Amino acid sequence: MNNLLKLSALELKNAISRGDTTATEALEAYLHEISVQDGALRAYNEVLVDEARDQARRIDDMRKIGESPGLLAGIPIAIKNNLCTTWGRTTCSSKMLANFRAPYTATAVARIRQAGAVVLGKTNMDEFAMGSSTENSAHGASVNPWDLSRVPGGSSGGSASAVAGSLCSAALGSDTGGSIRQPAALCGIVGLKPTYGRVSRYGLVAYGSSLDQIGPMTRDVADCAAVMNVIAGHDPADATSLDRPVPDYLANLDEPIKGLRIGLPREFLSDALDPEIHRAIENAVEVYRSLGAEVKEVSLPHSRIDSGAGGELSSFAVACYYIVATAEASSNLARYDGVHYGHRTERDAADIIDLYSRSRAEGFGDEVKRRIMLGTYVLSSGYYDAYYLKALKVRRLIKNDFDEAFETCDILLCPTTPSPAFKMNEKTADPLEMYLADIYTISVNLAGVPAISIPVGLSSRNLPIGMQLIGGVFREDVVLRAARMFEKASGICRLTPPPLGRDAE
Amino acid sequence: MSEQATEVLAIVGLEIHVELATETKMFCRCRNRFGDPPNTNVCPVCIGMPGVLPVMNSKAVEYSLKVGQALNCELPSYSKWDRKSYYYPDLPKNYQISQYDLPLCKDGYLDVPLPDGSSKRIRVLRAHLEEDAGKNIHDNPAHTGVDLNRAGVPLLEIVSQPDMNTPQEALSFAREMQRLVRWLGVSEANMQMGHMRFEPNINLHITRGGTVYKTPIVEVKNLNSFKALEGAVTHELKRQYAQWLEDPEGFSLDRKGKQNRGWDDQRNITVFQREKEEAHDYRYFPEPDLPAVVVDDAWRESIRASIGELPLARRERFIKQHQLGSKEAEAMIQDADTGNLLDDATAMGAPPRRVVNLMLGRMSAAANEKGCALGQLGVSAAQLSQLAIMLEEGKLNATAGDKIIDHMIANGGSPLEIAGKLNLLAESNTAAVEQWVDQAIAANPDPAQQVRSGDKKAKQAFGFLVGQVMRISGGKAPPSAVKELLESKLSAK
Ligand SMILES: [Zn+2]
Repeated sequence: MNNLLKLSALELKNAISRGDTTATEALEAYLHEISVQDGALRAYNEVLVDEARDQARRIDDMRKIGESPGLLAGIPIAIKNNLCTTWGRTTCSSKMLANFRAPYTATAVARIRQAGAVVLGKTNMDEFAMGSSTENSAHGASVNPWDLSRVPGGSSGGSASAVAGSLCSAALGSDTGGSIRQPAALCGIVGLKPTYGRVSRYGLVAYGSSLDQIGPMTRDVADCAAVMNVIAGHDPADATSLDRPVPDYLANLDEPIKGLRIGLPREFLSDALDPEIHRAIENAVEVYRSLGAEVKEVSLPHSRIDSGAGGELSSFAVACYYIVATAEASSNLARYDGVHYGHRTERDAADIIDLYSRSRAEGFGDEVKRRIMLGTYVLSSGYYDAYYLKALKVRRLIKNDFDEAFETCDILLCPTTPSPAFKMNEKTADPLEMYLADIYTISVNLAGVPAISIPVGLSSRNLPIGMQLIGGVFREDVVLRAARMFEKASGICRLTPPPLGRDAE
Repeated sequence: MSEQATEVLAIVGLEIHVELATETKMFCRCRNRFGDPPNTNVCPVCIGMPGVLPVMNSKAVEYSLKVGQALNCELPSYSKWDRKSYYYPDLPKNYQISQYDLPLCKDGYLDVPLPDGSSKRIRVLRAHLEEDAGKNIHDNPAHTGVDLNRAGVPLLEIVSQPDMNTPQEALSFAREMQRLVRWLGVSEANMQMGHMRFEPNINLHITRGGTVYKTPIVEVKNLNSFKALEGAVTHELKRQYAQWLEDPEGFSLDRKGKQNRGWDDQRNITVFQREKEEAHDYRYFPEPDLPAVVVDDAWRESIRASIGELPLARRERFIKQHQLGSKEAEAMIQDADTGNLLDDATAMGAPPRRVVNLMLGRMSAAANEKGCALGQLGVSAAQLSQLAIMLEEGKLNATAGDKIIDHMIANGGSPLEIAGKLNLLAESNTAAVEQWVDQAIAANPDPAQQVRSGDKKAKQAFGFLVGQVMRISGGKAPPSAVKELLESKLSAK
């Protein structure tokens, strides 16, 4: 493996700015690696070679004439395939949008390009970001670089797989119920879901509009902070993006927070948790204690996870999420009807309703159909009050729990996922079991607060384990610094998966 | 049983859609303009492309609040956007951004003048803002086109209580609403351009033998002229009564509920519209892409201050202040500009009566000929007031005044200059006037004799002689001087 691929994004940027290498050289190393490895990982839906080469050359030219090419100059970044770009296709890994070419670029993507990043390509995802394994993709499933028989998580599984497998330097994902943090945990990388409204959603193909956020997926915490410095901030094109100053997330990153107050949500550390994960979290807590943090138990009663008689889990938050998110999705995805947008059936249709029905039946995968039906149902007259309205009330209670916890804590610490990466096809037969993969991440989106997942160790099967640090509204700075404290003290950072096919020889 | 006394009360409510005349659309910065080639005023937002987001046009909210204020509505401090879902080719996202339970304006009323001089208070339930849909174009038998220029245009929907009881009341309410939105400058309210559309809800409460029968409520969709509105209500009342007579028990609101009908412009009747296969369930829910609209006291106050005098108040004032007749006052409030012209001209010292006569005389005729409003003739308050003062001072006679108006409309210029140029100024040389009077008496001995004799034709003959003097003088003789001279010469006998 080319040594350039081993550098973090910031190290690579520094190497380029010192003149040790060039953006073009770095890009070619990544393109080569993709050509060798992506057959196995299937992280990308589309590699945008020409555009990437043009951008790398532009960065190198700027450096030659002494212009400053930006904060992310020359860093090859992969972006999830629900982020619109004027080049390449934005398919959301769906047959429905197989040929969609957007006439605009998502604000977050435009900002990283403006900062000098080289966009490598569009990464695989669960169709329309609906899923937790990236198996719901019209392009086929992506693979976890730690174990090729396992899923990378989802829905930003392609981005996670690409970062962990060194097929990009960093990536952008989107997170509606855990879609950045869960795959980050399963692939042993860093993933941040920002505060709702911190990063513009303009150009992100909507799934659950009141929950969706774009965020970085990186090899370490510093890279994560660097990408946040670029993508965070108000965008007049997104009325839900907030006009608040963006701090320099890199500025004090290495300074430990004195007297950090950590809350352990009782509800997320129950006996039901996988014992290896429980132990990894306890170890992490010890690391913080040794750094002088004050640790105490807190309660998020409305995010409670209950075990039924047969050991099956349930949670208010998961139920609430699958009402709010699917309701919004049923409306957001209504435009894909074969007339306005999306795949149109080639079979003869009796009338326009028939045309809609056939096109949608052919264009959407099963999980998307399931969620559209669920969302349509909960909004239907006669059911609205019992489901949607009640879910909004539960959402308010969940948010209140977080607000209360942050009155006495700086961050909340808990696992990111209930288990390490699971096998391909292990959960595809039972959608409810798949939904529980997000049991610790979902309430964060409902509350709108920021949270990061960072690796805290490996399981006995050599699979990454992720820890989630949750902050108060707009406290990405606290979350990042706390994450950096652990990373630095524990030395658990930039976990490298075992070599894949070629290198193993 | 038809012998029993029967009382029929018509119950009519009205939904009025008004397209607001903002520069740009409701949620994007596309131009809001009628008549451009199809799909030229569109962008990714108003055609609902994947991944784009709406951004509210606060001008449209301001316009809506003005209407609400003028309708005496409550303007709640918190209102929000909702999505209304239905699949239709002219609706790009297959949902419309609208307002469901928390509209911008609610609980108001409008006092509507009726043709008999009375007025009626019609309560307004609510007025909410939404984005308009595009238009399906059926000009080709092979396919249907969709023009999305209109998609995303701000549309204010005003919903009345069912307070109207005759087609005339519905018509008067609709016309008053048209005047009001034009007056406020928030819509051109041009019916041909589809700026205003009506949907009346109509049924009958029929009392017979102590029992009240309610006929099913009919909503007539998408009426785009006053004629259609009046016709549809008139026809529905007849139709519902006839149908009720056939089956008084079965044709009832309880059994049949509500139904939609359309309007057939050719046959002047309402026609049954096939019910959609699925019962309509719009699945409203809060629009997650837009923050709530917060109207604070300062905003509310600035709206209140910007409204100014409304038509009916101005009419009352004109009647009191300038002693106008009620017809004259009505003519003066056809639109805001007309009354403003009167106000501005009188403020410059012109006598109101002279100004009103000029406006409702030659100017009104000219406006009719041109098909424009009085205020759009291009006659300024300064021109009008100078002209009125010249007339008052006897420097011009009425005929000359009319000529000057025509000249001002065609070429501009001040009345004094025009009068000079066209040689219209009244003759101030008494000798010359006396000569014209003598000429007129000499040429018309019989009428002169009638005036002298003071018989019953004297008055008419006097008027005739005045006219003759004016004719001989070429309109330059000052009428007051002519009258004085005639009187003295013909009574001296
Ligand atoms: Zn537009």
